[in-house]
Amino acid sequence: MRHEFVSQDTVVLRAVTHLYGRQLAVDAVDLNLRAGECIGLVGHNGAGKSTLIKMMLGLIRPTSGSVQVLGEDPSAGAAAAARRELGYLPENVALHPSLTGAETLAFYARLKGQPVAGNIALLDRVGIAAAAHRRVETYSKGMRQRLGLAQALLGKPRALLLDEPTTGLDPALRQSFYEIIADLRREGATILLSSHALAELEGQVDRVVVMNRGRKVADGGVAELRRLAAIQPRIRCRLVGQSRPDGWAPAPDGRLERVCDEDEVGVLLRELPESAQEIEILRPTLDELYAQFQKGAE
Amino acid sequence: MKQVFIIMGKEWRDGMRNRWVLATTALLAALALTLAFLGSAPTGAVKTGALAVTIVSLSSLTIFLIPLIALLLSYDAICGEIDRGTMALLLSYPVARWQVLLGKFFGHLAILAFATLIGYGFAGLAVQWAGADDPGAWSAFAFMIGTSALLGGVFVAIGYFISTLVRDRGTAGGVALGVWLFFVLLYDMALLGGLVADQGRNVTPAVLNALLLLNPADVYRLLNLTTSNDVSGFAGVAGLGADSGLGLWALMGALVVWMVAPLAASVVLFARRQV
Repeated sequence: MRHEFVSQDTVVLRAVTHLYGRQLAVDAVDLNLRAGECIGLVGHNGAGKSTLIKMMLGLIRPTSGSVQVLGEDPSAGAAAAARRELGYLPENVALHPSLTGAETLAFYARLKGQPVAGNIALLDRVGIAAAAHRRVETYSKGMRQRLGLAQALLGKPRALLLDEPTTGLDPALRQSFYEIIADLRREGATILLSSHALAELEGQVDRVVVMNRGRKVADGGVAELRRLAAIQPRIRCRLVGQSRPDGWAPAPDGRLERVCDEDEVGVLLRELPESAQEIEILRPTLDELYAQFQKGAE
Repeated sequence: MKQVFIIMGKEWRDGMRNRWVLATTALLAALALTLAFLGSAPTGAVKTGALAVTIVSLSSLTIFLIPLIALLLSYDAICGEIDRGTMALLLSYPVARWQVLLGKFFGHLAILAFATLIGYGFAGLAVQWAGADDPGAWSAFAFMIGTSALLGGVFVAIGYFISTLVRDRGTAGGVALGVWLFFVLLYDMALLGGLVADQGRNVTPAVLNALLLLNPADVYRLLNLTTSNDVSGFAGVAGLGADSGLGLWALMGALVVWMVAPLAASVVLFARRQV
């Protein structure tokens, strides 16, 4: 059933611009999100990430350009059908404090036209089934975040838009969060994760979209971004009882370091003597890439 | 329509949980009982039943209290939810903005109707049990409960209008308090002052009628103090409109307009509002 959507675009943005009064929040952004793809949306606070997500939800209309989500304009009245298959987790999710977890989920399930019977399993999946009948006001921040995630997962959405989903989660929860995301992606859902904690997106996302002051400044897989950013990898190692070979410079930690191109890495490693220790290949982290793109966009 | 009911149910449950329903009902019952027994003490020798007297005192109480409770319930219904961020999540669901507004409205109206029915009904029954047998006044009493709920609906709608119009909760609260003062106190004071100063030169009965219809609290007063003979004998000063010639249906229509117009305006404003 689901694979008919594979490699099909679930979210399409064409030259989308949004102005808050006179302030340009999103500037001529083109973006395609495909089924079965997990995309990281990164940028500073105020780079336009939340505005972009709100336009995908139809909460705000673009000043110009077009937005299509699951084949419909999300701000049109007819988008109700598309919204049934959409999951959204807002930044710092706010829930009604006087309802219990189970009631909260039941309320949202009814709005989506989903049977309430599956809710306990969903609460169990995010790990708060034990607190289902406690009021949300007694929940910790991590528990609220998990309840927020549970409501976003209602009705097996085809597109999930998660705004800063892992803030306030401890590392163990983060791990289980990404496991849930991986399951959904395997089932063919499109998942958009906005974040400014880039390091943790590494290894979780297929593609990264970098925003800066409302503009899309980069869009591609992590390897592609590395190539675009033109930050070279560095090899570090410790040579015991040997003089420093040509081309190697001392690194701050006492080892030797050599900057090279990606295709030279193998050759250089082979040339190392057998006594070489603590060999390490340093590639730019997402944070460094991000800084590079921000600099390029200034 | 299903979505409207879902949201209405949630508002009702919220009201039960944060004790709004309980507090309002208890407050109305306590005040109504106090008025019923203290207010009817001096009427021992008069022939009119105690229930009719209670209606007069209760409607005066209602004019102050119900608009205040309604505005407190409603002033942050929209801007508060936008502030807290619950609105953005709600609107990402397959629900239209007018459905959210109507659902909340019916939920809040249900809370007010329940509180007046139980609170005042209790007092009415207590008066009856206390021996003041007055079956004739029961229809007027039921009518008062119904119109009190309707007056509540008017001010809930006005509260939503404020809530969709202004940016933040603080401002909405201030404006709501101002609106309450205006309709409940200042308007009538200004009107009476104007009538005295005018000495009947410019303010003809027709103008006066129009002026009374411009304030929902006055419409409510006219409805309860003048449409029943039994009651109007006790209405005193409020009998001002007794000869107004405004029929029951004109007054009821005015209240309904006062409820529907702000509600429609809030639907329009909310549809344009940035969430």
